[in-house]
Amino acid sequence: MARRALMVAILLAAFGAAQASAEQLVVSLSNHRVAVTSSFVGENLVLFGTIEPDRPQAALRRAYDLVVTVTGPRQTLRTRRKDRVLGIWVNVDSREFVRVPSYLGILSNRPVAEIANADTARRLQLGLDNFLLPQRIGPDTADTVRDDPFRVAFVNLETQYGLYRESPTAVTFLTPTVFRVAIPMPANVPTGSYGIDVQLFAGGAMVARTSSALEVIKAGVEQFVADAARDHGLIYGLVASLMALVIGWFGSVVFRRD
Amino acid sequence: MQIYLPIADLPVNIFLVLGMGLAVGFISGMFGIGGGFLMTPLLIFIGISPAVAVASVTTHIAASSFTGAISYWRKRAIDVPLAMMLLSSGILGTATGVWLFTLLRELDQLDLVIGLSYVTLLTTVGALMINESVQAELRARKGQPATLRRPGSHNWVHGLPFKLRFKRSKIYVSAIPVWGIGFSIGFIGAILGIGGGFLLVPMLIYFLRVPTATVIGTSMVLTLVTMASATVMHAATNHLVDAVLSLILIVGGVIGAQFGARTGQKMRGERLRLLLGLLVFAVGLRFAYELVVRPDDLFSLRLVRPE
Repeated sequence: MARRALMVAILLAAFGAAQASAEQLVVSLSNHRVAVTSSFVGENLVLFGTIEPDRPQAALRRAYDLVVTVTGPRQTLRTRRKDRVLGIWVNVDSREFVRVPSYLGILSNRPVAEIANADTARRLQLGLDNFLLPQRIGPDTADTVRDDPFRVAFVNLETQYGLYRESPTAVTFLTPTVFRVAIPMPANVPTGSYGIDVQLFAGGAMVARTSSALEVIKAGVEQFVADAARDHGLIYGLVASLMALVIGWFGSVVFRRD
Repeated sequence: MQIYLPIADLPVNIFLVLGMGLAVGFISGMFGIGGGFLMTPLLIFIGISPAVAVASVTTHIAASSFTGAISYWRKRAIDVPLAMMLLSSGILGTATGVWLFTLLRELDQLDLVIGLSYVTLLTTVGALMINESVQAELRARKGQPATLRRPGSHNWVHGLPFKLRFKRSKIYVSAIPVWGIGFSIGFIGAILGIGGGFLLVPMLIYFLRVPTATVIGTSMVLTLVTMASATVMHAATNHLVDAVLSLILIVGGVIGAQFGARTGQKMRGERLRLLLGLLVFAVGLRFAYELVVRPDDLFSLRLVRPE
């Protein structure tokens, strides 16, 4: 761990030396913890940031672009396709998407295609089309071509659920060096730790990068019920059926007519 | 007012779910059924996954059948030994059902099996009920008395060995069909999220000749125990029972059932059976429509595992 940190520090120093005019990104998140309670209907987080140029005039030299990629906890999902068999619609084919983000927000100040060229966009995984979504293919996993029907269907479905989104208007520059990013968290947002990757572009090339994190947790009753169901299934089931019996009994007492 | 369901993982309108509980409770009280075959499709319709819907509805049916069973107990309309015989195999059927449920979910075919079974069961039972009550209505119009001899009074069921006598129901039948019926109801209930009252009552009448005085009370005891154990098994194996959803449904259901029962008592038996038959048949057709018509989206997602 220490060795890795040292290596990163050396690399950063080398990078800094190579690019004398490198900008620094300073970001701050409005809330690092989203609590899903019984009244949770979604929330909008705000990420504020500034671009600090090494030399004062550097900021004024060029226009900046910003791409923020928010990724939720990883999960494995299966995409199934229906087809008509003997007159009825049946799941006939499926693909497993391995360790893909449960939430993926790609937020920028203008369309990703205008910010960087296709090569850069692919290398830095900018946009839903370029983000790596590995599928299980035999014993291996690999991302497929962009227009693979299962990949397209997967992204479409996740977009419909509001969990995947690409928004070219979510980043607003308040001044040329101060920006504001709206991160939408829909009501069905998965719980877990989220990574926020902030990439700054100038003239089609990435000039600075920083990261942040946030956590989505179930709180209060929601947390209690979800934990109990997962960790103590048998007791949870017994309590649930006891609850049913008590209310059923109560009903027969309250409404007794004979 | 929105409330977030912790297991279904989505917010729902609390009054909508409460209203559904009331409506289904009303119908279940009116016809003396559990109402699972209506509640499960309704939950799926508002966006809850079929698996969570099936697992959570079991609590709702357990509650409403317990309310019912208590009032039948007070009227001494329950044949306890018969109920116990049905139960011994019913629980085994439930366990098998929960096991198959898990397996089918693994194979991505759970939704299909639920759909197909609903179509087959509901359209068949619905059609039989409609037919029977229309015939009865016609006979009544012609002024003929209702036939006292039930069709096929001595069928093959009565030739089976291991005969037992059930005093309260005044029947003398083999243990084999009793076990068979208990097992199949437990099995179907666990997979489809239905109590099976609308199947069990006709089965008990036609195969075992259980008199009307004890048939509903006895069937409620079986429904109660199979559904309560299905809740426990679903919670222990699949972790899919949403207690918050269950609570809202149960409260609505128990209240609705009381008003339904009062309305039901004012109606004639034949008319009631015709209405129930039409309802069952319509739900069956709705499922058939879903299977046959091309879905809006051919693709669907299922979570395999969180990392």
